[in-house]
Amino acid sequence: MSIEIKHLNHIYGENTIFEQYALKDVNLTIHDGEFIGLIGHTGSGKSTLTQHLNGLLKASSGDILYNGESIYREGYSMKELRSKVGLVFQYPEHQLFEVDVFSDVCFGPKNQGLSQQEIENRAAEALRLVGLDESFYKQSPFELSGGQKRRVAIAGVLAMKPEVLILDEPTAGLDPKGRDDILGLVKKLHDEQKMTIILVSHSMEDVAKYVSRLVVMNHGEKVFDGTPKEVFRHYKELETIGLAAPQITYVVHALRERGILLDQDITTVEEARDAILSLWKKHTCTAQPHEHQENAGQMEETKC
Amino acid sequence: MGIIRAVNLIFDYIRHDEEEDKDEINHALRGVSLDIKEGSFVAILGHNGSGKSTFAKLMNGILLPSEGTVYISNMKTSDEEHLWDVRKTAGMVFQNPDNQIIGNIVEEDVGFGPENMGVPTEEIWARVDKSLEAVGMTAYRLQSPNKLSGGQKQRVAIAGVMAMKPKCIVLDEPTAMLDPNGRREVIRTVHELNRKEGITVLLITHYMEEVIDADRVIVMDGGHVVMDGTPRDVFSRVKELKKYSLDVPQVTELADELKAAGMDIPDGILTIDELVDSLVPILGGKEA
Amino acid sequence: MLRDITLGQYYPVDSVLHRLDPRTKLFGTLVYIVSLFMANSVWAYVAASVFLVAAIRLSKVPIKFMVRGLKSIVVLLLISVSFNLFLTPGTPIFKIGFLQMTWEGLEFAGFMAIRLVFLVMGSTILTLTTTPNQLTDGLEKSLGFLNHVGVPVHEVSMMMSIALRFIPILIEETDKIMKAQMARGADFESGNLIQKAKAMVPLLVPLFISAFRRATDLAMAMEARCYRGGEGRTKMKPLHYEKRDKITYGMYLLYFAVILAVRLAV
Repeated sequence: MSIEIKHLNHIYGENTIFEQYALKDVNLTIHDGEFIGLIGHTGSGKSTLTQHLNGLLKASSGDILYNGESIYREGYSMKELRSKVGLVFQYPEHQLFEVDVFSDVCFGPKNQGLSQQEIENRAAEALRLVGLDESFYKQSPFELSGGQKRRVAIAGVLAMKPEVLILDEPTAGLDPKGRDDILGLVKKLHDEQKMTIILVSHSMEDVAKYVSRLVVMNHGEKVFDGTPKEVFRHYKELETIGLAAPQITYVVHALRERGILLDQDITTVEEARDAILSLWKKHTCTAQPHEHQENAGQMEETKC
Repeated sequence: MGIIRAVNLIFDYIRHDEEEDKDEINHALRGVSLDIKEGSFVAILGHNGSGKSTFAKLMNGILLPSEGTVYISNMKTSDEEHLWDVRKTAGMVFQNPDNQIIGNIVEEDVGFGPENMGVPTEEIWARVDKSLEAVGMTAYRLQSPNKLSGGQKQRVAIAGVMAMKPKCIVLDEPTAMLDPNGRREVIRTVHELNRKEGITVLLITHYMEEVIDADRVIVMDGGHVVMDGTPRDVFSRVKELKKYSLDVPQVTELADELKAAGMDIPDGILTIDELVDSLVPILGGKEA
Repeated sequence: MLRDITLGQYYPVDSVLHRLDPRTKLFGTLVYIVSLFMANSVWAYVAASVFLVAAIRLSKVPIKFMVRGLKSIVVLLLISVSFNLFLTPGTPIFKIGFLQMTWEGLEFAGFMAIRLVFLVMGSTILTLTTTPNQLTDGLEKSLGFLNHVGVPVHEVSMMMSIALRFIPILIEETDKIMKAQMARGADFESGNLIQKAKAMVPLLVPLFISAFRRATDLAMAMEARCYRGGEGRTKMKPLHYEKRDKITYGMYLLYFAVILAVRLAV
């Protein structure tokens, strides 16, 4: 599986005085099994970009190749593309409409023209993946909690067995626990089901924890593309475009300014903790060579 | 006596299940008593389902308690004759920016409250001008709300409430549907109003970073108040907060873990500067 | 992007027409429409043209915005013109098979076309120079007398105003829901009428539910801001007639007298 985006442009109001670039010369290649984070402020074009990947929006110019084939060639089946590239919109629970949960999840496979047996198998499998057991099947989707509704909506897309799963701000409006649940689910889908995942988000901290590659958009253009650590090195530039690196990045840089030279690629709490603790050991051992620390906690044995 | 007083509040959502012909009862609030001082900035934190939104709706009579009483400026919300005075005194801002803006133009929406109150035309304009100024949206007064960002819409909603000249504002998860910029905008506006106009603020949220500058933080879980203190008090109990499905800012979490590993760091670290200042002497860094 | 569609396309500029009381403009549009149906001679249409051109000039709105409104009736125009052109009995000009164009047909079709165009342009001027709020305020004030016969004028006006506010929002939501269902393989385009109707269910159900949710939220917000119906409400932008409105009413009288005279004379 591969997606190649070549010189993609999307222009609103072309050739009028209102001409505006929603996407400008975007070049991007997505490889099989990647877990990509797509970040940008509101209006940066990140949602617009995702809607091009499954053909909901058509580019003004440029090309998109799915598995080497242009999706704009004559006779290409967009319907089939949408089975392969699943897109979960923001607040996906707003698309629920069926009488009961199971029927709603069946909607996708039904549109794929599969046999009744296969439709039901896929729906059951999808619901299992999102952690909703049979007791939910006959319930009305409108009586579930917000987090449960969202999982039903995600199952509705998973039931189509896509190769690529794009999630647009899947944690929007959820509380911290809800957020962790959904992101944990997405990670599971990536690790266990080997799906290629594109996660569109605002939250740098969420993204830093899960993705292996970060693409940053600004005013319709791709401005950064690399591992989270590589991207967060540009934290000052990120700020000028209205984004921020995880709070830990700032802590590390502030400490470095005061002469405490931690590795500047630290982006998570765990990494920061480990680095600071080992620096502390070294420092206290050199300063007071005969005093060992009493509360070892989770540290390894103090070696002085 | 605080401007907002809740006495033994109990609220049950009762849903009648047609099929099984019985009532399903959700005990959203199980006995909450709180006293909010006038002019203070109080935050109520809790995960979804903790009862915090139900509590908010009880503040201005949208919901009436199953048991117990809510007093706004010593008026009972359950007193029908005081209901409109209660709502004038305790204004409310809701979660969905679009679903609380009624006017087709910003300034007309801000004037909606005073219009309902029967305020004379000239004074409506004075109030609208002042409220728009207070939230920094004067430049947008003739715009359609559809052209505004989420944060701007919420500021218009706040202006609409301010135009009613309330003594306190209750904000029910006003930032839940906003992006980080919008969230900052709204919280900054609310703090300014609290500081400059002396409005009592009751902020319901689940975002920890929004409550760092509050005077008092109340944590709810399972329909009860489970923690109540200054931000520093509450934030220092990281493990407890996690038990209540709440998140802490990364600095606070880091400080807590370092402390648990034996480093001598004060409790309740809230900002990057505080953490850095406490680490520098321990790790042999330079003074600022 | 869809949010930029404002109903009726209000064009913000300062002109005499923009400053008129909305009731004056509503009445004027009514007078104009009636006059168009009363016109049955060239002179009447000349009078109507003068009236229209005067209004267009006074509104200071560029012509191209007026013409936009006509785009939507192009099909209707073509159909009615062709019907009248070929199916009116009378003195023939030429013949194609059973279709025959007559002088009477030409005249009739011509008048019909002008009438349609003028009708649309006249109404367009109304919406180009009056905000939706002004329109509902104007209707509310002028139809206030219906209160005495039990019509809840204020409530209806409030409903219209809120509907206008939410139409762009609901349009955008429809688009979103449509895209979300298309992402799940829904097909809104192919199939016969019955299939297409069935395909609308995944679109309409979520839309209705969303609309109901918004209505509930909005009701709560309105109550929280002390709304309790029309009683005791004051207005931020109350309507009152100025001298220019009175002069305009005078103009209507004049115009209508001319139309009446032409009709009676011919």
